[in-house]
Amino acid sequence: MSSLEQMYQQVILDHAKHPVGRGLVAVDADHLHGESHQVNPTCGDEVTLRVDVLPGVDGGPARVAGVSWEGQGCSISQASVSVMTELVSDQPLDEVARLDALFHDLMGSRGKGLDDEGVEDDLGDATAFTGVSKYPARIKCALLGWAALKDSLVRSGASATND
Amino acid sequence: MTTTEVGTGPSGRTFTPAELVAVRADFPLLGRTVRDGKRLVYLDSAATSQKPQVVLDTEVDFYEQRNAAVHRGAHALAEEATEAFEHARQQVAALVGTDVGEIVWTPGATTGINLVATGIQHATLGRGGEAAERFRVGPGDEILVTEAEHHSNLVPWQELAARTGATLRWIPVGDDGRLDLSGLEAAGGTTGSGAGRADDDGRGGAGLINERTRVVAFAHVSNVTGAVAPVSRIVAAARRVGALTVLDACQSVPHRPVDLHALGVDFAVFSAHKTLGPTGVGALYGRRELLEALPPVTTGGSMVEVVTMEGTTFAPPPLKFEAGTQMVAQAVGFGAAADYLRELGMDAVCAHEAELATELLRIAEIPGVRVIGPATVGTLGQDAGPEAGLPDRVAAVSFVVDGVHAHDVGQVLDDAGIAVRVGHHCAQPLHRRFGIAATARASASVYTTVDEVTAFREALAGVRAFFGAE
Ligand SMILES: Cc1ncc(COP(=O)(O)O)c(C=O)c1O
Repeated sequence: MSSLEQMYQQVILDHAKHPVGRGLVAVDADHLHGESHQVNPTCGDEVTLRVDVLPGVDGGPARVAGVSWEGQGCSISQASVSVMTELVSDQPLDEVARLDALFHDLMGSRGKGLDDEGVEDDLGDATAFTGVSKYPARIKCALLGWAALKDSLVRSGASATND
Repeated sequence: MTTTEVGTGPSGRTFTPAELVAVRADFPLLGRTVRDGKRLVYLDSAATSQKPQVVLDTEVDFYEQRNAAVHRGAHALAEEATEAFEHARQQVAALVGTDVGEIVWTPGATTGINLVATGIQHATLGRGGEAAERFRVGPGDEILVTEAEHHSNLVPWQELAARTGATLRWIPVGDDGRLDLSGLEAAGGTTGSGAGRADDDGRGGAGLINERTRVVAFAHVSNVTGAVAPVSRIVAAARRVGALTVLDACQSVPHRPVDLHALGVDFAVFSAHKTLGPTGVGALYGRRELLEALPPVTTGGSMVEVVTMEGTTFAPPPLKFEAGTQMVAQAVGFGAAADYLRELGMDAVCAHEAELATELLRIAEIPGVRVIGPATVGTLGQDAGPEAGLPDRVAAVSFVVDGVHAHDVGQVLDDAGIAVRVGHHCAQPLHRRFGIAATARASASVYTTVDEVTAFREALAGVRAFFGAE
């Protein structure tokens, strides 16, 4: 497989064509919600993302009930938001934070992927972005949606910091 | 009136194949490969050009043989360094048809524009005394730009307007990517169709250039559409109302004969790095009397005459604008680049690139590809004054591909070793005007070949299939 084909895996092209979670939806009044608008100033890609958080009951963890978004940009940025939407839906917030950290590690791997295959499996379709990490200029594209998710979680009040 | 002859090439003559081979051999970087051994096809010269060996050698020679502080010290090296530095100023002045004392070194075009805009602000604050009164702007005054500007020739004017209370207006861009001058002057009866004004009061009656206009800043050639602006017409209109003209010549000086005296602009800027020269240096041209009157912006060492604890008198221009230690080796390299271009002959460069522009524009034949900007290369008419007979667009061609984002287009081309620029090219308002977030842009320079443009077109033809966009 050429580097180009490694970058544009079929999963990515499919998600770019048929994105998951596209179209902002209203959030239940008794849920927490946050919204974030992120742009990539060098290429103009943008995403507006809304997160719906189900507060924890009886001391249980808060979970992401759903993610919806609007955006425009290259296939990498749009597919990445879509894959992320699938991955984090219905997950507790600490798991979302772990996936976010894993995906950042993957993007820093310069095309090598993560050492621990078991951990890599947790990223599901998001591992398809391994090829993107070879191209420094495109890593920002893949991270755009993740930045929007993190920021909207902070804005929802569900997660405390935005580092 | 021209003080120095611009260009040396016989008019209309392009390079012979052998000459082009020789030109390419002058650029060491063009010999390298990219992305696993693919031959490099560099079509991003509008962002920055490659450098001929003579520029690299000149810079190295300066460091190896002449390096010393300029304009101070009486030792032999200081003399030689100063001579090289001032000789470079002559070389650059000769490229653009100005007097040597009218060329101010700047770190680049962006800094040059900021120097003029901030100098005007300082004049408005009263600096420069009576001589600088002509520069003052304030509430009720207008600064005119265009919708096609690079952010570097837009944001400094927005800032000047915000700091002084002046109003920013702009010349709109038509669907063909050219400036729409229908509302330029009131005399024609039509007011600016869609012409913008930050606090637009509808059809004010006055043209875009009117008695309140103080500054008209515009690009000679758009870095997105490649269109050449009607400089003569705009300069004539600005002169009638006593407005200053500031020409952003970044995309013209490297590609066509430019005679700033003949064009009659008051100020002009360009960057060495787009003109086959080093990074970190550029030039600001100002008509001598204006440079004399404009207050300095950066102050400190080297730009002074007498300094006492109470106050300071400034050196005459251009030194007045060159505070602190300058980018001497880069300026000397810029001089070598200017000479290199003049030896090729700007007429020949222009003719060569007009051919490349025509070849580049053939991408419009590819299904799903749309060019943003003039679709053909025409010739400027008699109303273009000193530019009559020159091409009306340059070989910088921006485009969109249906169903495929510019970033993805660029990536597929890159995989074939073809370097193009993707994004908004520092011209967000122009992209917004066309309702698009990003374009891809292919641009040529003296060393670009028709063969390379053909390779680019072939790779581009495969892009939609790769992404399954049919
Ligand atoms: C038309 C135009 N103006 C201004 C600039 C800014 O030049 P520099 O970045 O060298 O200051 C550029 C370069 O991108 C340009 O193309």
